Amino acid sequence: MVAVSSAGQVNERDAPFQLRGNSFTMMVLKVLDPVSANFFPALAGKVRQAPNFFRHAPIVLDFDELSADVTFDVAAFVARVREQYLLPIGFHGGPATVQEQSLACGLVPMPTGRAAKLELARPVDSSGQPVAPPPEPVFRPALVISEPVRSGTQIYAQGTDLIITAPVSHGAEVLADGNIHVYGALRGRALAGISGDNGARIFCQSLEAEVVSIAGLYRVSEDLDPSLLKKAVQIRLDDGFLRIALL
Amino acid sequence: MGKIIVMTSGKGGVGKTTSSAAFATGLALRGFKTVVIDFDVGLRNLDLVMGCERRVVFDFINVINGEAKLNQALIKDKRVDNLYILPTSQTRDKDALTKEGVERILNELCKEFDYIVCDSPAGIERGALMSLYFADHAIIVTNPEVSSVRDSDRILGVLNSKSRRAEQGMEPVTQQLLLTRYDPERVEKGEMLKVDDVLEILAIPLLGVIPESQAVLRASNIGMPVILDENSNAGQAYLDAVGRFLGEDVEHRFTTVQKKGLFSRLLRRSA
Repeated sequence: MVAVSSAGQVNERDAPFQLRGNSFTMMVLKVLDPVSANFFPALAGKVRQAPNFFRHAPIVLDFDELSADVTFDVAAFVARVREQYLLPIGFHGGPATVQEQSLACGLVPMPTGRAAKLELARPVDSSGQPVAPPPEPVFRPALVISEPVRSGTQIYAQGTDLIITAPVSHGAEVLADGNIHVYGALRGRALAGISGDNGARIFCQSLEAEVVSIAGLYRVSEDLDPSLLKKAVQIRLDDGFLRIALL
Repeated sequence: MGKIIVMTSGKGGVGKTTSSAAFATGLALRGFKTVVIDFDVGLRNLDLVMGCERRVVFDFINVINGEAKLNQALIKDKRVDNLYILPTSQTRDKDALTKEGVERILNELCKEFDYIVCDSPAGIERGALMSLYFADHAIIVTNPEVSSVRDSDRILGVLNSKSRRAEQGMEPVTQQLLLTRYDPERVEKGEMLKVDDVLEILAIPLLGVIPESQAVLRASNIGMPVILDENSNAGQAYLDAVGRFLGEDVEHRFTTVQKKGLFSRLLRRSA
C-alpha cells in the first residue's frame, strides 16, 4: 500500500532509489602535448612512483592548453591512458574536434574545477568595462572535531577550515576547502584547499601522514623528508611546490 | 535490564572467542546471570571453547527463524552457575542473521539475564555488524601488533557510526581495550608493541592485558574457559579484567618481564 500525497508523488521512502548530491575529489591530467613520443613513458614513470595511489584513480583530462590545430585520436589516447590503470572519466576544454571525440568515446564534459590560473588583472565584461569585484565571502565557522578520526572515516569541511583536536588514524581521510589543523598526530591522508585554494595550509603536531595535498598537489609518505617525520610542521604551496617547514 | 557487551576486534584470530568465554565465565562467577552468544554463523567455535559442543540441539539461527524457542537453544554450563551459552549454526552462514531477529532475541534475553556477551566474528561485514549493533559496551580485543591495531581502529570507527546508539544519537557505546597475547620479553627486545604504543594509537581506556600463555591452547583443547585455570597467568589476568569492568581498581599484572627465581623454577609454575 503506497502512501500518496496530494501532489500525487510517491512517498520517497517507498522509491527504489535515492538521489543525493555528493562531492568527490579527482585528479586532473593536464594534457600539454598528446602526440609527444615521451607522453606515455613519462606517465608510466609517474604512476610507478606510487602505483597503489594511482591504481584505478578516476581522472579528468584537461585539454585547455591544447592549441586549436592539434589533432589526435582521442579514443586511442584514452585507451593508452587506461593501460596505466588510470581511469579517465571526464574531460574539460580543448578544440571542438577534441571535444566531439571525447564525447563520442563516453567521457563526461566536466565544469572547470577551481584550480584556475591566478588572474591578477581585474576581469572585464564584453563591453570592456571593468566588472564589479565579487562579493566578500561570508564567514563560515570552521568544522571542529574533538574525537579521534578512526581508520576508514572521511571528514570533509566544505567551504571552511577543518580543526581536529585529536589524532587522525592511518587509513582515515580529512579534507577541507580551507586549511586543516590537526592538534595531534596526523597519520592518515590530509587534503586541503580541495576546491582549488592554493593558499590553504596543513598544520599538524606530528607528521606521520600517508598523503598530504594542497589544491591537488600531493606528496606521499615515502617522499617526505625523514627529518620532518613526527615533528610539528606547516605545509603550504609556494610557487607551485609543496613546502613543508617545522613549526 | 540486561547489559549487552560485544567482544570485537576487526582482525581475526586475536582472542575474541577465548576472551568471550573467559569474560562471560568471570561475570557468572561473580554471581551475575550471564549468557554468551556465538555470532560467527557457519564457523562456530564458542561451543568448543565452552565445552558444550556435544549438547547442541537448537541454535541461534533456529530461534531467529522461529524453528525453536529460546529456552530450547540455551545451554546451561555444567561447571559454573548462572552461565548459559547460545550457540550458532554451523550449516548456515551470516546471511541468516536479520536485525529484527537479533533484536527480538536480545530483548528477550535482556529480561532474564544481567549480562549478554556477544562473541563477534572477524571483519566489518554483516556478522560483525549484527553483533555490535545493539551493544551497550564494547571490548576491543587487540594483539600488540600493527595490523591488529589498525583493524581495531577501524572497528572503533564502525562502532562510532554504525551502532544503534550512534544512529539514534544515544549515549555512545563504552569502549575499552583488551590487549591479548602480550609477551613482555618480546616487548623488551623491541619486537612487539608496548601497551603505551597501542594506547597512543587507539586512545581508549585499557581494560586489561592478557599475557601470551600456553594455558589458552590447553584450555581450548579440553573445552574449558581459561579463566577457570587458576594457576595460569592468562586466567588470572582475565579475572582482573572482569574486576576492572565491574568498577574495581585492579593493578595491571603480567606486563613486565618476571624474573624467575630459583625457587619458582624448582616448583615449575605453569605459565
